[in-house]
Amino acid sequence: MSFISYLINGISLGSVYAIIALGYTMVYGIAKMLNFAHGDVIMVGGYAAFSMMMYYGGNPVVAVLVAIVVCTVLGIVIETIAYRPLLEAASPLAVLITAIGVSYFLQNAVLLIFGSTPKSFQSVVNLPSLKLANGALTISGTTLVTIASCIVIMVVLTTFINKSKPGQAMRAVSEDKGAAQLMGINVNGTIALTFAIGSGLAAVAGVLLCSAYPSLTPYTGSMPGIKAFVAAVFGGIGSIPGAMIGGILLGVIEILGKAYISSQLADAIVFAVLIIVLLVKPTGLFGKQIQEKV
Amino acid sequence: MEKIEKMKQKNLKSNLITYAIVIIAFAIMQVWQISGNLSSLLSGLLVPICVYVILALSLNLVVGISGELSLGHAGFMCVGAFASAFFSKCTAGIITWMPLRFFLAILIGAAAAGVFGLLIGIPVLRLRGDYLAIVTLAFGEIIKNVINVFYIGLDSNGFHVSMKDQFSLNMEADGQIILGGPQGITGNEKCSTFLVGVILILITLFIVLNLINSRDGRAIMAIRDNRIAAESIGINITKYKLMAFTISAALAGVAGALYSHNLSTLQASKFNFNTSILALVFVVLGGIGNMRGSIIAAVILTVLPEMLRFLSDYRMLIYAIVLIAMMLINWSPKALEWRERLLDRFFHKSAKEGE
Amino acid sequence: MSAMLEVKNLGISFGGLRAVNALDLTIEKGALYGLIGPNGAGKTTVFNLLTGVYKPSEGSILLDGESIIGKSTEEICKCGIARTFQNIRLFKDLPVLDNVKAGLHNEFKYSLFSSIFHTPTYRKVEKEMDEKALDLLKVFDLDDAADYKASNLPYGKQRKLEIARALATDPKLLLLDEPAAGMNPNETKELMDTIHFVRDHFGVTILLIEHDMKLVAGICEELTVLNFGEVLSHGKTATVLQDPQVITAYLGE
Repeated sequence: MSFISYLINGISLGSVYAIIALGYTMVYGIAKMLNFAHGDVIMVGGYAAFSMMMYYGGNPVVAVLVAIVVCTVLGIVIETIAYRPLLEAASPLAVLITAIGVSYFLQNAVLLIFGSTPKSFQSVVNLPSLKLANGALTISGTTLVTIASCIVIMVVLTTFINKSKPGQAMRAVSEDKGAAQLMGINVNGTIALTFAIGSGLAAVAGVLLCSAYPSLTPYTGSMPGIKAFVAAVFGGIGSIPGAMIGGILLGVIEILGKAYISSQLADAIVFAVLIIVLLVKPTGLFGKQIQEKV
Repeated sequence: MEKIEKMKQKNLKSNLITYAIVIIAFAIMQVWQISGNLSSLLSGLLVPICVYVILALSLNLVVGISGELSLGHAGFMCVGAFASAFFSKCTAGIITWMPLRFFLAILIGAAAAGVFGLLIGIPVLRLRGDYLAIVTLAFGEIIKNVINVFYIGLDSNGFHVSMKDQFSLNMEADGQIILGGPQGITGNEKCSTFLVGVILILITLFIVLNLINSRDGRAIMAIRDNRIAAESIGINITKYKLMAFTISAALAGVAGALYSHNLSTLQASKFNFNTSILALVFVVLGGIGNMRGSIIAAVILTVLPEMLRFLSDYRMLIYAIVLIAMMLINWSPKALEWRERLLDRFFHKSAKEGE
Repeated sequence: MSAMLEVKNLGISFGGLRAVNALDLTIEKGALYGLIGPNGAGKTTVFNLLTGVYKPSEGSILLDGESIIGKSTEEICKCGIARTFQNIRLFKDLPVLDNVKAGLHNEFKYSLFSSIFHTPTYRKVEKEMDEKALDLLKVFDLDDAADYKASNLPYGKQRKLEIARALATDPKLLLLDEPAAGMNPNETKELMDTIHFVRDHFGVTILLIEHDMKLVAGICEELTVLNFGEVLSHGKTATVLQDPQVITAYLGE
């Protein structure tokens, strides 16, 4: 029974990774940049929700909504000020380094405002735990909500991208920026929208992550950020179902590795699996193989 | 032929300037230190600066010359640091003359990191672009994690290894713990000095600059500029990519050896993703492929946070803003255009005034 | 005279698309041979097959009597086939001189040790390389631009530099993919002379793809015309160009 319990925890953690990875993958698909500040947006989301609940006594729903708004705005601001001027730079590394600068900035700004003492985050989920098999298997409310949110987000996002006009514009821009512009698509607007959605998702992920692991510090976002990046690559960066499945697999491998092999080596195992996957499938599970035309 | 000679002279001059900058900077710091005016803070930074300069040069070989993105260079530095410190610790009683022991330790650090670079490079260099970057990141994290779980002790019966804790080593009474898991290697003798650091920088520069101006370096850069064309003129892609990667890893190992012999306690957790990223920041800010720029950027960005101490809590925030601003000014096409126009106008004006 | 290149029944498919089908091609030593055809006929694909970029689905390729099927691009270069590219592929950040020296990579060698320590061997070999590279640049009137960054050259000179680089590998067979593309009539005229000179002076066999009919008629001794991946016609240039089938393929019904 403990295996199933680990598995469910893994899926839950993986759902958080998946939500973060979706943001990563969308931004990569459209701006071809690795947004290393994405993890820190999660952390900002966590703090936003935390402040709402602590200082303003707000109810959890309001807290989550505020976190989403804060992160969405933050995403657009970061994109406009720090990234947009560099998207056409001579080297793609320029925007990568700027993203790192943004990451330092967010961490230290939060550090100044909230201090370095870990904040204990109160779960936004008040549902009772689900007890199965005569109490041998307990699934917390947070876990259930996390998995459910992930499924809902996946369905909504896929529909949005495939069916809606802005979604189609996103696909067009990610395929060919120049051609999209010629077709009358507002490229800058579309990129900003992508960042907005990605950052909004990061807020949700931040709240869910902190609900499951309640200690919140200015560095809370970095490791999940990297893991989500790995998840996105794992599934084939740029692919939405890839990010989803990559995230969940990663969470499951991490939790099972911790439980059955070594808690210290769990991260190493996650990374080793990534390497093996990439050596077998060099563009990830669902990535497109692009061959250079000679 | 004349033109070629001129081109070579220019190249040589540029390289000599780079060496000269390092030597002059060393002389100035030395005089400053002897005169007793150097703050203890800055004098404590001298060796770390050398470490980061070497790391930046080594990474620039991969990023700037070979054109591959590595996000795990701290991993190679970690291998070099631990291999060399391990060697020093084991031989402390055997090789009593410290300089020789340190010299051998550096070689071993470089060799170990080079071997890791080669082993990792063989499978990894098949990947392209961002996929290669993520795998190097993964390797960096794995190396750090794996070193963290190992316990190694040495007693009269030889080595004992455990992955659990130091008590499972089952050593004799005379045994000593060499590698203590997350505690790392403790009680190291401090061998690194500013002089050694600068010598290692010069050696690194010598290797990198000479390599660039050679048949092998040309092949590496040809692959960077156009892989398909390089293949079509009979250049072995795998060989030269591996060559650049391995040499770079070995040099990162040298940086690690210098680093580890500057600390009494060496822990693997120091060699995390942030260190790899920091090295990349040096390379990009100093100019991709520009060795002199890497040196200057590494020095400035290592000293800057210390110089900003008067800002107390705002220090790192300002640092982040400076970093973003520098990137925007140096790389944004609009800013570059604006800068060019400004320079143009300025020079135009002064030229007119000169008439 | 024996054949420099003998291609029999060469074919390749990409998914369902038959890009080249049952191609036979025999090129005599020292010939100046043209491969022409409308856009999408599969000409560049033939070059990619000859240089090992693509592996053929079937057929045989003999270079100077030796099979090169299954060899990598790098090995095929060492066997003696060099090429230029339709979309110019120079080492854009290297000086013009170094582009050619990169082509000399396999002829002039020294160890990694020499590379790092700049030993006397290094200096001697580099000097020989400089001389040889400069000689090649002179052929193409590029010696004055030896120290330019390759990407700073005007378009026409970039094409010439690609030929110089290919020649530097000392090939038996030189493949030129639209060498005159983007050149003005004067430059094209000059190029025709240069190609002739290269063939005579370096004793190399040349196979070229070209759309400029003036150039083709002016310098190619023999032609093969491809259409939809199949040979439409082949033979002496004058005869082939008057073949009604060829004219139809080019101009439409």
